[in-house]
Amino acid sequence: MASLKDMRVRIASTKATQKITKAMQMVAASKLRRAQTAAEAARPYAEKMDAVIASIASATTPGTGPALLVGTGKDQVHLLLVCTGERGLSGAFNSSIVRLARERALALMNQGKEVKFFCVGRKGYEQLRRNFDKQIVGHIELRSVRQLGFVNADDIAKKVLALFNDGQFDVCTLFYSRFKSVISQVPTAQQIIPLEVAAPAANAGPTPTYEYEPAEDEILDGLLPRNLAVQIFRALLENNASFYGAQMSSMDNATRNAGDMIRKQTLIYNRTRQAMITKELIEIISGAEAI
Amino acid sequence: MATFHFDLVSPEKLAFAGQVDQVDIPGVAGDLGVMAGHAPLVAALRPGIMVVTAGGTQQKIIVLGGLAEVSDKGLTVLAEVATSIEELDREAFASQIAEMEEKLAEKEGSALDRAIERLDHFKVIQQHVTSTAMH
Repeated sequence: MASLKDMRVRIASTKATQKITKAMQMVAASKLRRAQTAAEAARPYAEKMDAVIASIASATTPGTGPALLVGTGKDQVHLLLVCTGERGLSGAFNSSIVRLARERALALMNQGKEVKFFCVGRKGYEQLRRNFDKQIVGHIELRSVRQLGFVNADDIAKKVLALFNDGQFDVCTLFYSRFKSVISQVPTAQQIIPLEVAAPAANAGPTPTYEYEPAEDEILDGLLPRNLAVQIFRALLENNASFYGAQMSSMDNATRNAGDMIRKQTLIYNRTRQAMITKELIEIISGAEAI
Repeated sequence: MATFHFDLVSPEKLAFAGQVDQVDIPGVAGDLGVMAGHAPLVAALRPGIMVVTAGGTQQKIIVLGGLAEVSDKGLTVLAEVATSIEELDREAFASQIAEMEEKLAEKEGSALDRAIERLDHFKVIQQHVTSTAMH
């Protein structure tokens, strides 16, 4: 059995761990608040962009238009753009995104399609490299980025567009974690090339007939690549908020577990200590009686 | 004077929202002024200076390309970058122009034409900014 000193050392080390997880939880909570504000601030732009593209796309004839909107006419090669976090210690956050992407990849390969990966974030890259090393066409780490800006998303979009214009893939799907609440983050797959345009709601009334300056297809040509960056930016921000949410709740769990452990260890420690005192008393008394 | 609702959004934030009298937009095909009751319009923007008139005061905002949409709900401008003229970091802007000039040499064909055009727009903005600073 461990001596009393060993037990004291163990309790002290568990307490130190609890302090660390507690601090991490608080840091995550404050970063989450900032990430959430950033995600909300980006929302109006993305929503307006969606609305404008939907209204222009519905005005053009179906089946025609730039390749970013209607696709290449094939769906043989799929690119999975997997966005994950840069760090761990966040529960199942990274692995649930990777799992969704992996399942999708296996399903596509069973259908005889070709699958390629593009990883954003170190964790996803490390996990996917184990199974799909040869299929990863690129990866970007955002480790040195302190504040996510539109520039970061724009860089990724440019790389993806270059691959697309090079004919490297036909369909692109974006994987990220949608921030629902602190305790719930939903891994999501969203097709971004060709763009899925939401059908205008039937009860929206007559849509106004817009004048276009310059012509519709010219606007669309400039708008679609930018929309790609916007969608990626939105995914990154949602991901960021989800990451801190997941980290916060997993650190909260860890703190609670450490608390439980400290209670149990203290109980055993006290019991052992009392047993030893009793034993010493018995020894003294029986020694005294023997005289 | 009749007012209308105007939203200026950039990917990172909602930069302006409120009732305004008139907004002058730098369109790709030329400047255009939007007032209340304008016909529905979608216009692409070039890098330039947007003038927002509200209640007799004028505010100048620099936009580096984007899109404007006019509907019965008002005007929405989706700008890639939107900074008010006071907030502009002049040195950073000048170095951006210098960088673009250096890159011109690498480009060719229609990409070169586009780059030159964009550079011209930037220079016009810079000229405007420095000339107002002297007053």
